[in-house]
Amino acid sequence: MPATITSSSPIAKTAPLTFQELLFRLQTFWAERGCVLQQPYDVEVGAGTMSPDTFLRVLGPKPVSIAYAQPSRRPADGRYGENPNRLYKHTQFQVILKPPPADIQEVYLASLEAIGIDLAEHDIKFEEDNWESPTLGAWGIGWQVMLDSLEITQFTYFQQCGGIDLDPISGEITYGLERIAAFLQDVDSIYDIVWARDPKTGRTVTYGEIRLEEELQFSVYNFEAAEVEKLWEHLRLYEAECQALLASYGDSFSPESEKQADRHEKIHDRLVHEGDATPAAEDVRAQQRRFPVLGAYDLCLKCSHLFNLLDARGAISVTERVGVIARIRALAVGVAKAYSAQRNT
Amino acid sequence: MPDFLLEIGLEEIPARMIAPAQAELARRVEELLQRERLLGVGHEVHSYSTPRRLAVLVKGVTAAQADLEEQLTGPSWKVAFRDGQATPAALAFAKKAGVEIGALAKITTAKGEYVTAAVHRKGRAAAEILTEQLPKELASLYWPKNMYWRAGKPERFVRPVKWLLALLDHAIVPLEFAGVHAANLTYGHRILHGDAALTVEHAENYLGTLETAHVTADVELRRHRIRKGLDTATRSVPGARWREDEALVDTVTHLTEWPTVLLGGFEAEYLTLPEEVLVTVMRDHQKYFAVEDAQRKLAPYFLAVLNTQPAERADEIIRHGNERVLRARFNDARFFWNFDQRIPLESRVEMLKSVTFQKQLGSYWDKTEANLRIADALADAVIERGATLDKSALLNAVRLAKTDLTTELVKEFTELQGVVGGLYARAQGLGEGVAQAIYWQYSPAGMDDPIPPTVEGQILGIADRFQTISAMFGIGLEPTGSKDPFGLRRAANGIVKILGESKLPLTLADLRETLSEKDIGLQSKLMAFFRERVEFYLRDVKGFAYDVVNAVLAAGFDDVRDVIARAKDSEAMRTSPDFLSVCASFKRIKNILNQAMEKGDVVPDSVVPDRFAEKAEIELDERANVVKIAVEKLSTHRQYRAALEQIATLRPHVDLFFDKVMVMVEDEAVRRNRLALIAMVLSSFSSIADFSEIVTG
Repeated sequence: MPATITSSSPIAKTAPLTFQELLFRLQTFWAERGCVLQQPYDVEVGAGTMSPDTFLRVLGPKPVSIAYAQPSRRPADGRYGENPNRLYKHTQFQVILKPPPADIQEVYLASLEAIGIDLAEHDIKFEEDNWESPTLGAWGIGWQVMLDSLEITQFTYFQQCGGIDLDPISGEITYGLERIAAFLQDVDSIYDIVWARDPKTGRTVTYGEIRLEEELQFSVYNFEAAEVEKLWEHLRLYEAECQALLASYGDSFSPESEKQADRHEKIHDRLVHEGDATPAAEDVRAQQRRFPVLGAYDLCLKCSHLFNLLDARGAISVTERVGVIARIRALAVGVAKAYSAQRNT
Repeated sequence: MPDFLLEIGLEEIPARMIAPAQAELARRVEELLQRERLLGVGHEVHSYSTPRRLAVLVKGVTAAQADLEEQLTGPSWKVAFRDGQATPAALAFAKKAGVEIGALAKITTAKGEYVTAAVHRKGRAAAEILTEQLPKELASLYWPKNMYWRAGKPERFVRPVKWLLALLDHAIVPLEFAGVHAANLTYGHRILHGDAALTVEHAENYLGTLETAHVTADVELRRHRIRKGLDTATRSVPGARWREDEALVDTVTHLTEWPTVLLGGFEAEYLTLPEEVLVTVMRDHQKYFAVEDAQRKLAPYFLAVLNTQPAERADEIIRHGNERVLRARFNDARFFWNFDQRIPLESRVEMLKSVTFQKQLGSYWDKTEANLRIADALADAVIERGATLDKSALLNAVRLAKTDLTTELVKEFTELQGVVGGLYARAQGLGEGVAQAIYWQYSPAGMDDPIPPTVEGQILGIADRFQTISAMFGIGLEPTGSKDPFGLRRAANGIVKILGESKLPLTLADLRETLSEKDIGLQSKLMAFFRERVEFYLRDVKGFAYDVVNAVLAAGFDDVRDVIARAKDSEAMRTSPDFLSVCASFKRIKNILNQAMEKGDVVPDSVVPDRFAEKAEIELDERANVVKIAVEKLSTHRQYRAALEQIATLRPHVDLFFDKVMVMVEDEAVRRNRLALIAMVLSSFSSIADFSEIVTG
C-alpha cells in the first residue's frame, strides 16, 4: 500500500496536555520520586544547567534531588517570532540527581509515560550526544533522547563542572518543554501550543498569545537595539565586581594565603581583647560561610548573558570570542572553587 | 568441549564505537584463552553487539588447562650439595618446585652442572582463569570517550555497566567487573520486552533467547534485515528505490536492537528546495534514507529505521511523528534559504572581515584576497598555454567563494559549505560558471570524491588549498607526525588529485611561482611535503608498487599527470626481462660512479671517442646516443612505453660492455673516459625514472 503523503494526526485519543499541565505532570512525577521542586532562577541564563541549583549543587559530595523549570534565554536563537520552531527564550525542565540512581534511564522513561506518551506506540532511541559548556568549564557524557526522531531530552552524566572533577557525578535530565508540548498537541508551530485551557468554558490560551510579543521585541532588542558599547561596559563592570569578590575571597580564605594568617591574628587579638574564649578558627569559618560567593555567581551569570547579547549583535569577532569565553570561564571556575572550599569549612 | 559466552550489558553505547569495541573484545577473549591454553582444536569465535550489549561466544573451549610437565633448573650442583649433603639452597629450590630433596637431579649444561627438578603442574579450570583474568580484559577495552559513574570513581568505561552474563555451557563464571557480578541473566528490548530479566540456560541458547525478547544480537543479521526492510518499504512506491548509503546503514544497524523500516512522506512543495539540502537534512540530521524515482530524482518520501516493531495503530503514530519532525526541519531550511536571500553574496564579501580564518592569518576576507592573487596567476598560465578559461567568472567565484560562511543555512548545515554558496550564486543569477566553481570548491574532500567538473572550479580548488597550505607553513603550522589539525595533507591530496585527473596545463612549479617574496624560503619544505602527497597518491590511490613510485619520483614530480604516465608505463615494463636487466645495470653504474667519486675520481662531462679502446665501449656509446635521441623524442610526446622499450634495447650493449670492459682501470684517462660514458648512459635515461630504484631481484 503506498504511503499517504503526510498522515493526519492519529494521536488524539484524549485531549493532550496543555503546556502548563505538562509542567505540572513533570513536577508531580519528580516530586513523587523525592525531588525538591525549585522555582526558576531569577537571573538570565542560557540553560537550566546555569542555574545555581545545578551549577553549584553538583559540586561536592552532598546528595541532591532537585527539579525545576528554567526559562532559558539564547539571544542569537531569536527569530522575531517568525520561525515556528525557534525561540529566543525556551523553557527547560531540569532534573538533577546526585548520585544518579542505577535505574535512572528507566525512571526517565516512566516520566514519559506520565506525560501521556505510551512508549509501546513510539520509537525511542538514546543517541550519543555529549554536552560541553566551555564558558562553565563543564562537560558530561550522555545522549539526546529521540522520540519518533524528535529530540525531546538531553540526558547527561556530569563529569566536570567549573573545572572541578565531580565525585560523585550527577545525572542531569533536561526536557525541552515547547518541543514536547508541540509533539503532544501535534501542532506545527510552537506558537499554536495550547498553554492553558479553562476547564469550565474550554477557552484556550495559546503559547503565541502569551509569548509572541516577547519573542518579537526581544529579537529586535537583541539583534538591533541593544547598544554594543554599553553592553561591553556592562560586561566589564560585572566582570570587575565578580573578580573583586573572588579576589577578596581568595585573599581571606585560601589556605596558602599569608593574609589569612594575619587575619587569624587580628581576629584572635580582637577576641582575646574582648575576653571571648571562642577559638579564632571558628570565627574565620563563620566569616567564610557568610562570604557572598553566590553573589559572585550572579555576576558571572550576568557576564554570560551579556556575552550572548554581544554575540547576537554580531559584535564579537571569532578571534575575540575565544578570549571572552575564557574570561567568563575564569569567573565560573573561580566561583566553583570558592563555593567548594566554602562547603568544606 | 564447552562453549564460553560473555555478554556485557551497558546503557546505550554510541553507535560509532560499537563495531571496533566488539572486535576488540572478541580478540581479547580469544587471546586470553589462547594464552591460557584453553582453546580447543577447531574452536570458533563469534561476536555480537547491540546498542546495549557486547558479546562473545567461543565454541570449543577446554574445561581446564592440560596438566604440564616442567623441568625446572635451580642452583649449581656445587652450591646445592656439599659433601653429598643438601645445602639451604637445595632445600629452598626443592620447596619452590614442590618436590622432595630426593627428587632433585643433576643436569649438565655448557655452563656446568646444575640442580634440576621435574615438576607436574596441574592445569587450572577455565572458569577459575576466566574469573580472574577477564575483568582486566574488560577494563582494558579502548573507548574514544570514557566516563565515571560510581562514587569514588573506581573505573571508567564508555557508559555505566548494567549486567554481566558469563557462562561455560550452563555454568555461571562468577566474574565481577565494575561492581557487577556475572549471572546467567540478560535483558531484552526496552519496550517490546520490558524490564524483566531473561535466563540464558546454556551458552548456545544466547541468540535464540534474545530473539524471543526482540533483540537481534547478530549484527550482520540486523544489517540484512534493515536492507531487506528498506527494499520492501520502498516497493510500495512504484518505480522508486532508496538511495544507497552504506555509512547510514551501518549507523542505524548500531542504533537498533530490533529494527523495522518505516516509509514516510513529505509535501511535494519542499522539492523546490535544493536536493543537497533535503538530502543533508534527511541523512545527517534525521538518519533517514532518501528515496528517488525511476529517473533518479528525489521523490517526496523517506525511510526511517525504527528500533521497535509497531503495531498497526502505532505505525501510523510513528509515521506521523517522523513526518512532523522532517517538515519542521524542512521549514527551517526554507526559512534560512529565504532569509539568506535578503543579503546577496556580493554584499557578504565585506562581512568576511569579521570571520576569522586563523588568528595569525586574519579573516576570510584576507584569505580571499590571497586566493585571488594565486588564482589570477594560475589563470594567466593556463590561458597562455592555450586552454579555454573564463577568467572573469573564475575571479568572481574566488571572490565570492567564502561568503556562504556568513549565511544562516551554512551555520545550520556546516557540511554544505561551498554547495550552498554555489546554489545561492545560481539563484542570484551570477552565471553558471561562477556557481559551478563555488559549488565544487571543496571537492574532492576524500580520495574517492570527484574533482570539480569545470576548469574554473579546478583552479579555485587548487588556489584555495594552496593558499591555506602555504600560509599555514608560513607561520610554522605544518603537519607533524600524526598531527594535522588543519587538514593540510588532505588539502594537498586534493590538489594532487585535481592536477592528476584534470586536463589543466598546470604543474606544482606553477604553484611554487605564486609564492610571495617572503615565502620563497618555504619552497623546499613545501615541495618535500608535496612529494610525500604525490607519493601517497601514486601508491595508495593509484596502487603503484613502491619501487616504481620511488623511481619515477626521483625523476621529478612537478607535473603530476606526467609522473602518473611514467609510473604506469614503468610498471608495465616490469614484465620485460630486457628492461629489468637494464635496470640492474643502471644500479651497477650508479654504484661504480659512487665508488669512483668517493675515491676522488673526476667524471668528465663528455666522452672523448678517441680514447675508447674496446669495441664494446664504442658500440655502447654509439647505441646509447641513437637511443637517447629516440627516447627524448618519444618522451616529449609522453610515449613512455615506447621510450622504455627503446631503453630496453640497450641490454645487449650494456651487457657486452660490462662483460668486456673494465671501467676502473689504472690509466686515469681511459678510466675517466669510461666513467663519463656510463654517466652519460645513466643521465640520458633518467628523465623518465631512476631505474636503479626498480627492484629487479
